[in-house]
Amino acid sequence: MSFNEKIRAMYVEQLEGIKDAGIFKQERFIHSAQAADIVVEFPAGSSLKKVINMCANNYLGLSSHPEVVKAAHDGLNTRGYGMSSVRFICGTQDIHKELERKVTEFLGTEDTILFPSCMDANAGVFEAILTDEDVMISDRLVHASIIDGIRLCSAMHDTFKHSNMSHLEKKLQLHADKRLKVVITDGVFSMDGDTAKLDEMVALCEEYDVMLFVDDSHATGFIGKTGRGTHEKCGVFGKIDIITTTFGKALGGASGGCVAGRKELVEMCRQKARPYLFSNTIAPVVVSGVLKVLDILSESTERRDKLEKNTAYWRKGLTEAGFVLKDGDTPIVPVMLFNAKLSQNISKDLYDEGIYAIGFFFPVVAKGQARIRTQISAGHEIHHLDKALDAFIKVGKKYDILGKSKQEIIEMYRL
Amino acid sequence: MEEIRDAVLEYVIEEYLEDEDEEISYETPLISGGIVDSFSMVSLKRFLEARYNISIPDEKASPEAFDTVNSITALVKEITS
Ligand SMILES: Cc1ncc(COP(=O)(O)O)c(C=O)c1O
Repeated sequence: MSFNEKIRAMYVEQLEGIKDAGIFKQERFIHSAQAADIVVEFPAGSSLKKVINMCANNYLGLSSHPEVVKAAHDGLNTRGYGMSSVRFICGTQDIHKELERKVTEFLGTEDTILFPSCMDANAGVFEAILTDEDVMISDRLVHASIIDGIRLCSAMHDTFKHSNMSHLEKKLQLHADKRLKVVITDGVFSMDGDTAKLDEMVALCEEYDVMLFVDDSHATGFIGKTGRGTHEKCGVFGKIDIITTTFGKALGGASGGCVAGRKELVEMCRQKARPYLFSNTIAPVVVSGVLKVLDILSESTERRDKLEKNTAYWRKGLTEAGFVLKDGDTPIVPVMLFNAKLSQNISKDLYDEGIYAIGFFFPVVAKGQARIRTQISAGHEIHHLDKALDAFIKVGKKYDILGKSKQEIIEMYRL
Repeated sequence: MEEIRDAVLEYVIEEYLEDEDEEISYETPLISGGIVDSFSMVSLKRFLEARYNISIPDEKASPEAFDTVNSITALVKEITS
């Protein structure tokens, strides 16, 4: 037994430190399927409460859609529960290949490779395609999983200021001597809900002979006129060299991710990406569900259209009520509170009003940038949004922040 | 020394500060103070190497050595002398 009392005490102290810093994360237990209306146990042990979910990545309301659930059942019946193998040994079924084909078509790329998650896709892709002769130039606000992928890769790494195209161009000039260059960005940024300037980035990358990487996890399925993603919205469909995305958000929300892009890059991942080679294949039941999701989305844009309407309604309601929002037009709508404790208190009061929305603060977002991140879904009806709006206004009044500017809120509550 | 110090300060302001009004001095903690994330240090290292025609070994490019304009200046001096 090497986990002795001294070692235990050390960890207890570290955990106490996290609690003292006010950043100890506590989970709320959901007793229902994922949807706009959910049944929640919080805090642990308390009686169940029906609340409206305002913080799921269930953008298209497909997580518990009957057709998706049925397709998953069918997949379970015909292809079994698990494969007990990584892809390259005996873990590739016909439906895995079918899903890769369908994703390729949906995203407008040359080829696609599935990964157990988008975290795995991001963790594996850079190391598979770059060496120490190359450079990766990333936006300073890219997702944590990309940062891990960059860390695992031997290529040089540099950053540019968030969405700052002149700074990016300077970096492209600075690193002109490198063999291969890759610019790395999120399509829609998960914390702020703003959109990368992919049209300008494509132009710069063409001018400087640089590859472009986009993580479109918060866009695939609903951003752009037919929901193909940020590249569609920015008019550069077919021009992105590498897209990573997840099936764990809008596309049914179960799990899985992929790298879609130039066929040689995809093939390099198949040969070399470690999370692909050394982690189990996506379960057939999940593959079957995602196939159905792509069918639904290819037939009609009804869901993303409804999401767009809901988002406009929600942003307008909060703005008129006098909240400070992050600018944007995506379904990620951050209500800015700046002070970490305030964001936690408001989250708790909202819960008492039957609204489930979580406060985000350092280290998830920068210091002094605490917020409640709300996320709109096509699964929301107007009555959900109205009820949530009433609750936000009631709580906003309690803390006297309605109609107050950023400066005024900071003066009242500090950072 | 003065010249290096000011060049480094100017670069840090231009490269890392998002807000024009933010003020930093030679002794402001850059990495431990959250201004430069240790991840973005690379561009500073590249800038120094290009400008002073030096090569900074990885073991010397520690977050501590890069934490203030003064400590960075000392590092450059040590390598150039
Ligand atoms: C931008 C971005 N990329 C990747 C991921 C990870 O996706 P997955 O859950 O499939 O690992 C997330 C999810 O949090 C994300 O927000």
